[in-house]
Amino acid sequence: MAETAPDTSFTNQDFKIIGTRPPRPDGVDKVTGRAKYGADAFAAGQLTALILRSPHAHAKILSIDTKRAEKLKGVKAVVTCEDLPDLTGGNRGMLDILENCMARGRALYDGHAVAAVAAIDAETAKKALKLIKVKYEVLPHVTDVDEAMKKKAPIIQPHIRTTGVDPKPKKASNVAARSQFGHGDIEAGFAAADVIVEESYKTEQTHQGYIEPHACLASVGPDGQGELWVTTQGHFVFRNTCAALLGMEVAKLKVTSSEIGGGFGGKTHVWMEPVALALSRKANRPVKLTMSREEVFRASGPTSSTSIDIKIGATRDGRICAASAELRYQGGAFPGIWGMLGAMTTWACYDLENCQSVAFDVLVNRPKSAAYRAPSAPMAAFAVESTIDLVAAKLGMDPVDFRILNAAKEGTRASYGPTYGPIGIGPTLEAVKNHPHMKAPLGPNQGRGMACGFWFNFGGQTCTDINVGVDGTVSLTVGTMDVGGSRASLSLIAAEELGIPYERVKCNVADTASLGHNDMTEGSRGTFSSGMATIFAARDVVKVLRNRAAAMWEIDVDDVAWEDGQAVAKGIAHSNLSPLSLADIARKSPTTGGPIAGHNETVADGAGVSFASHICDVEVDPETGATKVIRYTVVQDAGKAIHPDYVEGQFQGAAAQGIGWALNEEYIYGEDGRLQNPGFLDYRIPVCSDLPFIDTEILEIPNPGHPYGVRGVGETSIVPPLAAIGNAVSNAAGVRLNHVPMSPPRILKAINAAK
Amino acid sequence: MSGVHVSTTVNGDAVEFVCPPGETLLDVLRNRLNLIGAKEGCGTGDCGACSVTVDGRLVCSCLVLGAEVEGAKVGTVEGMAEGGELHTLQSKFIEHAALQCGICTPGFLVAAKALLDRNSDPSEEEIRYALAGNLCRCTGYDKIVRAVDAAAKQLATDATKSGKKSKRR
Ligand code: FES
Ligand code: FES
Repeated sequence: MAETAPDTSFTNQDFKIIGTRPPRPDGVDKVTGRAKYGADAFAAGQLTALILRSPHAHAKILSIDTKRAEKLKGVKAVVTCEDLPDLTGGNRGMLDILENCMARGRALYDGHAVAAVAAIDAETAKKALKLIKVKYEVLPHVTDVDEAMKKKAPIIQPHIRTTGVDPKPKKASNVAARSQFGHGDIEAGFAAADVIVEESYKTEQTHQGYIEPHACLASVGPDGQGELWVTTQGHFVFRNTCAALLGMEVAKLKVTSSEIGGGFGGKTHVWMEPVALALSRKANRPVKLTMSREEVFRASGPTSSTSIDIKIGATRDGRICAASAELRYQGGAFPGIWGMLGAMTTWACYDLENCQSVAFDVLVNRPKSAAYRAPSAPMAAFAVESTIDLVAAKLGMDPVDFRILNAAKEGTRASYGPTYGPIGIGPTLEAVKNHPHMKAPLGPNQGRGMACGFWFNFGGQTCTDINVGVDGTVSLTVGTMDVGGSRASLSLIAAEELGIPYERVKCNVADTASLGHNDMTEGSRGTFSSGMATIFAARDVVKVLRNRAAAMWEIDVDDVAWEDGQAVAKGIAHSNLSPLSLADIARKSPTTGGPIAGHNETVADGAGVSFASHICDVEVDPETGATKVIRYTVVQDAGKAIHPDYVEGQFQGAAAQGIGWALNEEYIYGEDGRLQNPGFLDYRIPVCSDLPFIDTEILEIPNPGHPYGVRGVGETSIVPPLAAIGNAVSNAAGVRLNHVPMSPPRILKAINAAK
Repeated sequence: MSGVHVSTTVNGDAVEFVCPPGETLLDVLRNRLNLIGAKEGCGTGDCGACSVTVDGRLVCSCLVLGAEVEGAKVGTVEGMAEGGELHTLQSKFIEHAALQCGICTPGFLVAAKALLDRNSDPSEEEIRYALAGNLCRCTGYDKIVRAVDAAAKQLATDATKSGKKSKRR
């Protein structure tokens, strides 16, 4: 077995191929149209499934009559919640997942699934949906987070009692949880302040907007065995969840992850896969279920809308002496942890003596919220970083210098508890200060802003295999989905460790029957934790290779070293032995002990926190309120960039999503509680002509928790853009927007109000 | 429902199929002709993932009916590589890491090829506007624009070289 304790001796080592930019192994498949995504699988005899969804934001379901649909020719199965009995044994979290996939007596949001059909083709399935008669008793609804917290608001989950308050409430409310973080003496801190700024902010709900809708192909036989092909960020977790909800045995449900057409957190939850399995079980045929774009918007997991109050006090010398926040996160119709995450990240960039953040997780009649890249952090950062600019202005200080003066550093006690090791917030700010972008001249109606962001990153369970072929090529098998080039990064790591060329490694993502459990590709953990497991699996292989070389030479294994991809016999006594390459040893493996393999199972701890600072220039049209981003720079700490192209890609993609969130994107609900813009026409994500090139600067402050110093890189850069743009708009148009998206009407209103 | 019989050309091959009159070209390609390169991202003409060409014109195949391509020439991403050789756009997309998840890539390649076919030397702005009908949520478009620009330059160099060669001949 390979050792699993983090070995930091390799941090900062001289790498041979880590940090180079070879082509990705799945590139050709993806540019030729050959790569298979969720909707690209077909099975003999497959049926097409469709889901009937509630048109009401909140309703009691009095009855569902499926008889006429069942009788329609070509319909092979109709399911309702009756076909998905509660097998959760009192696990409310699991029951919530089940109820979200299929309503149980009440519809909790516009788009909540109430029934599903599987038929020989889409046309028949569509007709069948129309034949299902559902009787609703419409209930009062609430979709706004602040409204939902009011005493008279309609209660969405009558069993909910707010957690985190003492004494425990006796009555139900829409506040699922209260969480609090911080330290010091807030009152004393504010008493010592020379300036205090207090502001309130709102952010609207946005969607991850992955271009590939949810899709799966499910097949369950009468023997209780099943297979699921699905687009997901975590097929092992999907397997466990689906098996539990359907009463199947884990080992008898094989889940294969398709190529994934974007996820950003939205494909970490099951939304409809248990329904596809239930239909297949009932029809005894394979069932294909894909969501339309409208369904993706209405019934997958967008991110929270929020309402946030911030108060910051500082002394004349530019030190923040007190900081407090109250954050209200809307989580949709089911409880989540979004408020808690928001509260944890609120003050994470700063070194504060007295700080506090209190968050509320609030239920409303909207779809259940899901993670969206650094979940909950962008909203808190929008509020904090906008206010920080206001405090700096009040003090007459440069906003970058003010941040540098207050930035967290190694040894700082983080607002959410731990004490930081080496971190990158200070260096990213210094890099911003010295960046040519900061000195570039601005034109009329243009303004520049900057902001910082933080994200934790996660490690988690990982399992990786390496198998050496007789020709000396290496097959690397991982269980974390490749969402953006991680196969290339992981191949680089295996090649680096084994000392062989990158081209000799092929990285595959295994199905759930072929490898041990792997957690989701979330929390920026793909390259971090599978990378760590790959390092240890490769070192496991090297042990075997040294043993085999020793056997071939008939010398003691202690006299065999592994150097530059070959076994070398050490000592003068062995100077007649010429080195054996990996291929030499592999060729002889059938007679020296059989296949050569290495593997590693680990719970990767020590995912290093990551910080980013962004600079942004905008031009605001004073006539229309339209804002154009004209220049954008991302500076982020990557720990160690394994494949810099894909690190830059993560920075750029995250920044672009943040720009969309800041300027355009929002869920718009009508008075009737129905979503009014469930499509890309009215929910407008940035297009190519909306954006400039997004410059990136990768900093490498090694993470001591990883053998190569890697930190997760995928999420942090969605955190700063909201505030960076808000600060830039304020500098360009002289108005401060406390409500995102800063859409043209909102900006115009602010400009006119300021006149 | 009776089907429509359609004879057409897809990526240079003569093809026949029968489909219901209301079925989209996208569904025909994917479900009847096994050409899964065109993707359905929205089904409403807003994302470009389903981009193909019909008689050289760039279209969203989710907005075209299968029945409409009778006698036409349809081009999809599967027809871009010639034999074992990738189209320059395809190799530049790989070289410049212009794809992350890759779901938008076939649509971008088809749209970029349509651009370069009519404008061999596009400016950055022309590239951005020509690709504005294709959504990518992963890349922020940065590396896509660079890849298309690099491909245009490469194709121009190749053309000069082969031009010189043919002159010499
Ligand atoms: S699927 Fe045709 S444009 Fe989106
Ligand atoms: S690469 Fe994922 S949508 Fe473009």
